[in-house]
Amino acid sequence: MNSTYFIELFLGGLTRGSIYALIALGYTMVYGIIQLINFAHGEIYMIGAFTALIVSGALAFTGLDPVLIFLIAAVVAVVWSASYGITMEKIAYKPLRKAPRLSALISAIGMSMFLQNYVLLAQTSDFQPFPELIPDLAFLDPVSNIMNTTQFIILVTTAVVMILFTLLIRYTRIGKAMRATAQDKIMAQLVGINVNRVIMFTFLIGSSTAAIGGVLISSHVGQINFYIGFIAGIKAFVAAVLGGIGSIPGAVLGSFVLGLTESFGTGYISSDYEDVFAFAFLIIILIFRPSGLLGKPTKKKV
Amino acid sequence: MAPILDVKKLRMDFGGLRAVNDVDLYINEGEIVALIGPNGAGKTTFFNCITGVTKPTAGDVMITPPSSGKTERINGLKPNTITERGLARTFQNIRLFQNMTVLENVMIGRHPRMKAGVLGAILRDPRTKAEEKQVIEDSYEILKKLNLEMFVNELAKNLPYGAQRRLEIARAMATEPFLLLLDEPAAGMNPQETRELDDTIVRIRDTEGITILLIEHDMSLVMSLSERIYVVDYGKLIATGVPEDIKSNPEVIKAYLGEEINA
Amino acid sequence: MSDTAKNGLSRYITAKDVKRSAIMAVWFMFLTFPIMVIKVNTVTDTVEWRWFNMLIIGVASFILSHVWKLMIDRREGRMADAVSSSVIVEKKTLRDRMEEKPMIKKVGSLVILVIAVLFPIVTGMYQTSIMITALLYVVLALGLNIIVGLGGLLVLGYIVFYGVGAYTYALLNYHFGLNFWLALPLGGIFAMIIGILIAIPVLRLRGDYLAIVTLAFGEIFRIVMENWNGLSFGPSGIANIPRPTLFGLDFSIQQSTTLTYYVIVIFVIITIFIVRRLEDSRLGRAWVAMREDEIAGEAMGIDMWKTKLAAFALSTFWAGVAGVIFAGKTTFINPASFTMWESILVLCMVVLGGMGSIPGVISGALIITLLPEYLRAFSELRMLIFGAVLVLVMVFKPEGMIPAIRQKYEFKGITGNKNKGDK
Repeated sequence: MNSTYFIELFLGGLTRGSIYALIALGYTMVYGIIQLINFAHGEIYMIGAFTALIVSGALAFTGLDPVLIFLIAAVVAVVWSASYGITMEKIAYKPLRKAPRLSALISAIGMSMFLQNYVLLAQTSDFQPFPELIPDLAFLDPVSNIMNTTQFIILVTTAVVMILFTLLIRYTRIGKAMRATAQDKIMAQLVGINVNRVIMFTFLIGSSTAAIGGVLISSHVGQINFYIGFIAGIKAFVAAVLGGIGSIPGAVLGSFVLGLTESFGTGYISSDYEDVFAFAFLIIILIFRPSGLLGKPTKKKV
Repeated sequence: MAPILDVKKLRMDFGGLRAVNDVDLYINEGEIVALIGPNGAGKTTFFNCITGVTKPTAGDVMITPPSSGKTERINGLKPNTITERGLARTFQNIRLFQNMTVLENVMIGRHPRMKAGVLGAILRDPRTKAEEKQVIEDSYEILKKLNLEMFVNELAKNLPYGAQRRLEIARAMATEPFLLLLDEPAAGMNPQETRELDDTIVRIRDTEGITILLIEHDMSLVMSLSERIYVVDYGKLIATGVPEDIKSNPEVIKAYLGEEINA
Repeated sequence: MSDTAKNGLSRYITAKDVKRSAIMAVWFMFLTFPIMVIKVNTVTDTVEWRWFNMLIIGVASFILSHVWKLMIDRREGRMADAVSSSVIVEKKTLRDRMEEKPMIKKVGSLVILVIAVLFPIVTGMYQTSIMITALLYVVLALGLNIIVGLGGLLVLGYIVFYGVGAYTYALLNYHFGLNFWLALPLGGIFAMIIGILIAIPVLRLRGDYLAIVTLAFGEIFRIVMENWNGLSFGPSGIANIPRPTLFGLDFSIQQSTTLTYYVIVIFVIITIFIVRRLEDSRLGRAWVAMREDEIAGEAMGIDMWKTKLAAFALSTFWAGVAGVIFAGKTTFINPASFTMWESILVLCMVVLGGMGSIPGVISGALIITLLPEYLRAFSELRMLIFGAVLVLVMVFKPEGMIPAIRQKYEFKGITGNKNKGDK
């Protein structure tokens, strides 16, 4: 047993988990409020990554400081992804509020296909290398064999986003409105909460965190294509369900558990079966805890 | 003869909350008995414990079907098994099969009294066909008894409110119960509809021989209809007796503080 | 509700509408700006600015936002009408007419049957082959419809059972030389056994938890098949699976394609026949009751456990048999044919066509398989269009293209409300 290897896998798992968590937040919030599995959520993450790639590519010729370019690209990616998120909600989900739930799910699947092919046609089907904009941080040199700079940034950013997010949900007016709407839409409406606005805001926040995830992962992995959103979306969804869908702490916990399971599974057993670990783990957890790790048991209301 | 339903020291805890606290209740064949109490007193939970929706924490639920005369403890049996034994219920907030027709709703009620399996469904052998035909006719007869025959092919969700309530009763009757549990059957009805419901319930008891236990808020209905009344508050049984006694019981008046209980 | 709805198409476009559409145009030009206008190639380090695209987006959103508003208004007008009027005066649809005159239905079915029989003779092998694929999906969609459309259980890994059928034939043939006809029922039975085995531990899960667990099983199946070379020959798959033949004769590719075609046609007919009968039976009603309200269903004496298990068993059987036919048709299978994407596609067929409605599900399957096929002219755009079509159909027809109707019964003395608004 090699302890450096263990730590490396552990950090790798945390990194994966962070990205899953950033995407899973959006899944679980949308589910909590409108009970929709937003299949197109992964596409928002992909669009975030692509927007950042495009912006940094376009700014590369200006000779600005790479770190500044990265920050601009990240901000633009967040703004645009959030815009895509709320537009998507207006077009594909809002008209379906009263429709059977599966109809909204199919609409989401259609949206996912549309956005994938939209990026494919407007940009390219090939993998695009993501420019290296972040210089190596000097203080990480001693531990560079187990953790690199992008990993470090992913972990720190995720931690900051999670803290801000928790504060938002706990203490702001809109956060309270979101929690109220998730509990009982009709009651929320009766006490004067503008439910449509809350839903829009949910998409806005969820899309923004997904975009942050997209930007971070592309600078870590170094290349992207139009298809990255689908797989990441499914994984993040698995994470959200693992934690108990609709529960925000659940989504975060589920993401880290999933990330670590995958990392250790591939590191110690076999990399061919990477996804099998994730899925098998999910099945086992759900058989013993049918509402996920932190989900409330579905109480039968009579 | 033993009571057809005999509940002894029934208790139901939800976490730290004791929703039903050692309640005793019995019903003899042919009675109409009411269970009343303020909102949140644990009435529906009591129903849920008897019908198997929730498993009681402690106590006994004993039934003695008049047909067999055999006493059986039914705690913790699944709801469908309890229905098969001869207990049927309606729901406080209507739970019809919205996108099925009125007739089909009642036909679902016949489910536990039918035998057809997968092969029968595919092959449509004479026995299955005969059974199917019989079920359609029986269901239609039940609809007639509750004045619902004009809606026969209508989707349940398109029915007027009062008719939906009646359809719930029709559906429960289709399971051939010896005891019918009605959870606030008059909720949301106007006085005219409530009076009609009063007649309907008495008719079901008199002509079908079905014993009735009802939870109700409408005091006029309870007082005119029931032969005996149980009153619960905070999960505890606080009074029991004939309507006249209940009306003058100080405990009951206290529990209902502010709520009218004039007949 | 709104007066615009009442005036329908004939209303004038007001200044307010123009303003709204202009705002929409600006919004979409903003939204699509980075992806549509700038094209960066980070390999060659080139940046291309495509301002013309922005113009197209602007004009297109301006026009489309009008159409969208108009259609949303019409849809809402329709819904408001349905609520406000007690006597719903419906337009007489083909379906109503079919109900009135069973002859139309009989003649219609006969015409379809004749077309189906003549199809491979009139068209060539290429068309026949496409039609076989389409009909395989019809069977899959009808099978999945039992679980999803009737039973209301969301299953996202249905393609596993198709895969089990296909591998059953391929492997039994490879190792024991089993022929197509024997594999046909065996594939169905194996798929059914796997279906029941998967169902037993997961059936107590509710709604979307069930969906994700079935998705997980689907992915595990695919990945295991990709990596367990000893069993499945991995990603390279199994080739030279014999096409179906008759009486041990040697068939040309053309002949056996035609034979496969007739096999699948007969199989579709059997499927429709059986699903139709199941739907209108004690079990079928229990499925629908389960979809509508599980708790009420239990209170009516339905054993939900058995009912769910029956839905799984019967539904997976069809997928298994279809899988055998698929293996016989393509003569080559590998895990790539059984991805999650395929499961999602079959689910789309069911919901797009109309959950629980046999004609709906069949049309859903045919449209989804044939539309991309005939959209090949727009090869690049076809998946984009396909995605948009899914969204549009759901927004404007959320119950599906041909929504399910319930069985109606006639009684003496009751003319009923069967044909309200008529006569």
